[in-house]
Amino acid sequence: MPPGEGETVRLRPPRNTLNERAVGWWRAQWLLTTAVPVVPLAVLGVLIGPARLWLLLPAAVLAAAGTAAAVLFPLWWFRTHRWEVTEAAVYVRTGFFWQEWRIAPMSRIQTVDTVRGPLEQLFRLATVTVTTASAKGAVRIQGLDHELAADLAGQLTRITRDTPGDAT
Amino acid sequence: MSTAAPPADWHRLDPRTVLVTALVVAGVVAGAAVPVTLGLTRWFSLPAAVLQVLAGALLVIGVAAGADRVRWHRTRYRVGTERVDLHTGLLLVKRRSLARSRIRTVDLTANLMLRLLGLVTVRIGTGEQGSESTLELDPVTRAEGERLRLLLLERAATASPGVHREGELAVLDPRWIRYAPVSFVAPMLGGAAAGAVMQVSDWVGAQGQVIEWAGDRFRDTPLLWVIIVLVLAALVAGVVGALGLWIEMWWNYRLEREAGGTLRVRRGLFTSRSISVEEARLRGVDLVEPLGVRLLGAARLDAITTGLAKDHEARNADHNTLLPAAPRARADTVAADVLRERDTPTGAALTPHPRAARGRRLRWSLAAALGPVLILTLLGALLTPVLLWIALGCAVVAVPVAVVLALDAYRALGHALSGRYLVTRSGTVRRSTAALERAGVIGWTVKQSVFQRRAGLLSVTATTAAGGGAYTAYDTDASEGLAFAAEAVPGLLEPFLERAGDPGRPGP
Repeated sequence: MPPGEGETVRLRPPRNTLNERAVGWWRAQWLLTTAVPVVPLAVLGVLIGPARLWLLLPAAVLAAAGTAAAVLFPLWWFRTHRWEVTEAAVYVRTGFFWQEWRIAPMSRIQTVDTVRGPLEQLFRLATVTVTTASAKGAVRIQGLDHELAADLAGQLTRITRDTPGDAT
Repeated sequence: MSTAAPPADWHRLDPRTVLVTALVVAGVVAGAAVPVTLGLTRWFSLPAAVLQVLAGALLVIGVAAGADRVRWHRTRYRVGTERVDLHTGLLLVKRRSLARSRIRTVDLTANLMLRLLGLVTVRIGTGEQGSESTLELDPVTRAEGERLRLLLLERAATASPGVHREGELAVLDPRWIRYAPVSFVAPMLGGAAAGAVMQVSDWVGAQGQVIEWAGDRFRDTPLLWVIIVLVLAALVAGVVGALGLWIEMWWNYRLEREAGGTLRVRRGLFTSRSISVEEARLRGVDLVEPLGVRLLGAARLDAITTGLAKDHEARNADHNTLLPAAPRARADTVAADVLRERDTPTGAALTPHPRAARGRRLRWSLAAALGPVLILTLLGALLTPVLLWIALGCAVVAVPVAVVLALDAYRALGHALSGRYLVTRSGTVRRSTAALERAGVIGWTVKQSVFQRRAGLLSVTATTAAGGGAYTAYDTDASEGLAFAAEAVPGLLEPFLERAGDPGRPGP
């Protein structure tokens, strides 16, 4: 049935936000990424006198941009990244400039993985990845509290095991 | 491994594989022998050189044939009630086993030499990616290959028989060859031919002479004509190559539906191929219209199935093509027959996308066309005015082409629901109309960039286990695209939607 004239259909935001520590985790990622070019530039700038200006200037610019991004982007992301698990499906919203909603029905889920990188461990966070039979249908929930993630993975595994079908 | 004959239920490959290997190696050796002999005559007399090369050739052929004899000796296979086993390996014995219930494809191929000897190569696959899930029997007799194919693909009929056409769905019409030269193969082959001439002349150290010879032919002609003639020559070579390739690929083409719900494509002039697609795994069809073919009113038909070989090589070999480029009406009929529908979903009337999508396409293609022009203009202003003229020329040619392609790309956009299928269409250089079974959709991905949000557009992607894994309706109206997705798979998207503006009518 096509929507009636004047009726607009929107995707509602998923119910749950990520853990607040995800903001810190994203910031740490940004700062580390910024440090990779900035630190060598700054060190070289201090050591090499004649080229000091041409090394310290880009280092300062990069550091300022990286810090600004580390302050602002995680705030935006925290507002837009959301997730929800219902009896029937996993529903995730990510991205700010390129917003993306992904929906995977329980009956089609093939594997549920929990991953914790070193930085995530530091922030006691975890990523849950849900894959379906489609090469392009994986759903990732990043920045969950690690205990919640373990519970969620267990719950998803239980539901998918009880759902019949070969998931294709 | 013992030398005794294998137990009764184990089979061996055809012993003539040794002969095939010996002949193939002999062919390669013969090709290498001539330059080697010529090279050796610098140090030896001609008879001595010939003798040495002959001895070497016999040694190489003997070793290859011997190795293949050992491989034949150590290879055996068994079709049990539950599993298919293959033991093989030259040095290490590899034992592989596939559950029969997981076998999805049994493909037969035979190159010219195998055909002359009445042999085929059988590939038994589970439809998963990677070579580990494929058993290859190289070679067995044609009768044995057919027996295996029927035995392993034997299933209970998946659809009620008699509802739709059994037997032959399409055969080759030789007139379809007119679509071969307009494919992208022709210019590529032309370029390859020109490259090959230069490469071979380089090997024999005569590249300079070739260029000189070509220069002599054109001493009194202006450069422009030389370029035109050379491009034409390469194009002619490409067209001839494309025709030849088409004949080799598609000669004897037949598409059949077999009892038990299997679609079978057979084709090939020298190398014959037989590809079977289980209908239970068919999730739809993709009507592909490359630009040149589309201008002649033709289209190709690909199968969207779970678990056809997805690796790069197989894709190039047109592994999932059900019908070569043929008149559009014919392609639609075959699509309907394949899907057991009365009217093909690929011919359904599509919902066009909002005009904002056209603006986006115009902006992209103009940016792509004007980017190089801008750079050339900048360089021209800084360096030499010649570049300015080149920039002008580029702009005059590229801008109209960009506009036409963008408008065509916008016209291509569309989506619809047609019976059991959802249809999405997009693309201009390669327009693709995909009809995907709604029951085969295993998830949704909705994307919206900042620019799309401002224009009220979004892209809806249906993910699936079959074919490319995802089929997208690009730049649909934000509201209408979501409603389309919600209706396509009832219940999946609905709980996550908000309907507003018409409170009197709740969502279905």
